[in-house]
Amino acid sequence: MEQVQDKPASASDAAGQDDRRELRVEAAEPKSPPAEDFDPKLIEIVNFDFFYSQAQVLHDISLEMPEKHVTALIGPSGCGKTTLLRNLNRMNDLIDGVRHKGDIKIKGVSIYHPHLEVISLRKRIGMVFQKSNPFPKSIYENVVYSLRVAGVKDKSALDETVERSLKSAALWDEVKDRLHDSGLSLSGGQQQRLCIARAIANRPEILLMDEPCSALDPVATAKIEDLILELKKDFTIVIVTHNMQQAARISDQTAFLYLGKLIEFDETSKIFTNPSKKQTEDYVTGRFG
Amino acid sequence: MAAQEKPNATGSFGPAVKSPGEAYVWLTSMGLAAGLIMVVFLMGLVVVKGVEAFWPRRVVQVTLKDDSPFKLIGAATYGGELTMRQEKRSRTIQASSDSDIPHMEMQLFVANRDVYGLSFKFLDVADIKSTEQPGSIVKLERIDGGPAIGTPLRIQFDGEKSLAADAAEFPAELERLVKEANERRDEIHHIEKKDVGRINARLEKLSRRQRTLEEKAESGADIQARIAEIEPQRSELQARYETLAAKARGLRDEQETVKLVYRLMSGQERTISVGDIIHYYHPNRLGGLQRVGLFLRNIWVFLTDEPRNANTEGGIFPAIFGTFAMTLLMSIAVMPFGVMAAIYLREYARQGATVQAVRIAVNNLAGVPSIVFGVFGLGFFVYFAGGTIDSLFFSDRLPTPTFGTGGILWASLTLALMTVPVVIVATEEALASVSRGVREGSLACGASKWQTIQRVVLPAAAPGILTGLILAMARGAGEVAPLMLVGVIKHVPDLPIDATFPFVHLDQKFMHLGFHIYDLGFQSPDAEAAKPMVFATTLLLIALVVILNLGAIVIRERLRRRYSTGAF
Repeated sequence: MEQVQDKPASASDAAGQDDRRELRVEAAEPKSPPAEDFDPKLIEIVNFDFFYSQAQVLHDISLEMPEKHVTALIGPSGCGKTTLLRNLNRMNDLIDGVRHKGDIKIKGVSIYHPHLEVISLRKRIGMVFQKSNPFPKSIYENVVYSLRVAGVKDKSALDETVERSLKSAALWDEVKDRLHDSGLSLSGGQQQRLCIARAIANRPEILLMDEPCSALDPVATAKIEDLILELKKDFTIVIVTHNMQQAARISDQTAFLYLGKLIEFDETSKIFTNPSKKQTEDYVTGRFG
Repeated sequence: MAAQEKPNATGSFGPAVKSPGEAYVWLTSMGLAAGLIMVVFLMGLVVVKGVEAFWPRRVVQVTLKDDSPFKLIGAATYGGELTMRQEKRSRTIQASSDSDIPHMEMQLFVANRDVYGLSFKFLDVADIKSTEQPGSIVKLERIDGGPAIGTPLRIQFDGEKSLAADAAEFPAELERLVKEANERRDEIHHIEKKDVGRINARLEKLSRRQRTLEEKAESGADIQARIAEIEPQRSELQARYETLAAKARGLRDEQETVKLVYRLMSGQERTISVGDIIHYYHPNRLGGLQRVGLFLRNIWVFLTDEPRNANTEGGIFPAIFGTFAMTLLMSIAVMPFGVMAAIYLREYARQGATVQAVRIAVNNLAGVPSIVFGVFGLGFFVYFAGGTIDSLFFSDRLPTPTFGTGGILWASLTLALMTVPVVIVATEEALASVSRGVREGSLACGASKWQTIQRVVLPAAAPGILTGLILAMARGAGEVAPLMLVGVIKHVPDLPIDATFPFVHLDQKFMHLGFHIYDLGFQSPDAEAAKPMVFATTLLLIALVVILNLGAIVIRERLRRRYSTGAF
């Protein structure tokens, strides 16, 4: 069920690969606990500007997010963190009139490369949205959706994926007897965990989470935070959150954005105890935002 | 302690405040009530008048005063079913006697059109000397000429034998004879329609083959042998046809051997072959349960029989079937086109001035009068498309058109064209109602845009799309004007879908309930007699549309439970 393994993308740009018809971002085998050898620059954002028609929303962002770590994006409403997140899997392409300058590279390959199929990019990146959006299908079909659109038909592969993903999302025990019930029949917290299971079903390398707990109660939130700490062993996670305590609890690096600019990006412990910029300190201590 | 508000006498806190706009709530409910009353009234009228047509009525025999102007071809005594009794409107003929009682008149269905020349007769109640309801009266449903009402006198067998009406075994014997006659009639029908029909079809195929072979022979090929083959086949078929025809003739003769003699209430004696009697009963001897039984039988005959007597009697099953088949074909034609067009307009096309213009054009299409669609269907489908198909595939049958004339295929396509705007609008609404969340979720899983539409958006929009289908079916099933030009016919012996290959005859004309109503109401020779049938057919058409809609609603509910995200 893994994608076709293309030649590994080189660390430099794709200049030497213009003759290839398609580029695919390479799939990674899931490794077990905390890797000592991880790629510190799995996601590289280089001088990135982003425009909605005339309005510039992101100004000269440069970030490096390491593999198998949790990076949190924090900042007040409207500072561009969701926009930045959605650019990582090019979901903003759906909006008319968007432009960008600069680059975003994953594993050294620009995601805006003209030969790159957006679909193959999105197959390697899972996304969980702020408002849980399970499909109006059964739980089983929700989880295997990514596999089905990739053409996987083998029932045993699908069954195995469902069990693995739901177990990873800490939902298996609750729904294993009713896999063919509608996904909409679950509670809010369960629905969000279903969406997480769906996002990780196809073993993406990167998991993007856009305020996944904002619509949930504290108990469900706690469950999902524990989940993220577990998932960190296998996936690279970028999470946007309003909740600073949450960012402090679960993330390894934190980026603070304000009005589309990156103010500070450092280890979480440093951001929350001893930030270098005054704006950061004001924000994390609650003086504004 | 802060001053607390205590509820005053009216139960509210503080001075009484009127909730603004109460009056408008009443107005809206009155509007709804007015609409409902109109619908209920219309339906009630149709139901009552329609059901009336099936309820077996009593027969009265009236004897008029000697100088009454309401005699029926000179007879002062006659009778019929009492159909109306009402206040007299001003008429030129005055009652022969002045009296203080209000002038009432009544209408009798005297039947026996072959004797009286008419079926209904009005007369003043004031002129009646006496009435009675003779029990021996019988109402005969005949093959031709409408019903007959009279008293049976005797059964006349072949030769001199006869059985008088007062004999003990008369009722049983008459029943047996009529039953036999019905069975024989079915057999004749079977022979003539099915068996002879099959032979005729094969003869026609042989003729066509011979013609094509002869054409080939002219161009030089040597196929005399094959032409020669045809002759013996043809003679064999001819021989078989002769046997069947003879058999049918024999049966028909048998139908004429036994006769029933009866007397009208006005005195005339008439004779009818038992073979011409379909059904009979004693209207004045029916018990309550028997009347209900007869009522149900009448409804059953109405629904399942073929029409007789210029569509004023018998059943309307071919029209029911034709309407149903046409609506089904129309739905099959309209759904793919409508849904695909809506998907393109909503999902793929760049939203701009062009797309808006297209939408406006589609909406305007819904306002075009249906007869214009009929004319378009005639010109494009029947003449152009049908003519082309004929010249390409059925040239051996020309000049008799196969597809170059109206038929169920062209009628369905014309109506599909007419209802496509409804489907497009409803589908677009349904697609727009699918939340962005599930679309983005699908794309984030690596699905392409088409996969998202096919797997997530369409199933979620299915209930709304079915609403469009329901509206389209309701609109299409009731339209008559375009059909008159492209394929409907007053009377056709065959159904468009039957047991002979190729089972679905798309080139055949068909009967339609809406057209049937028009035909009965305006083009039948006996408008009064047709009136009950008009209402009954209207009732049936409404019932058919309701059933189709209910079917679609059931499917929509099931889909909603399985797929919907909630909007529709």
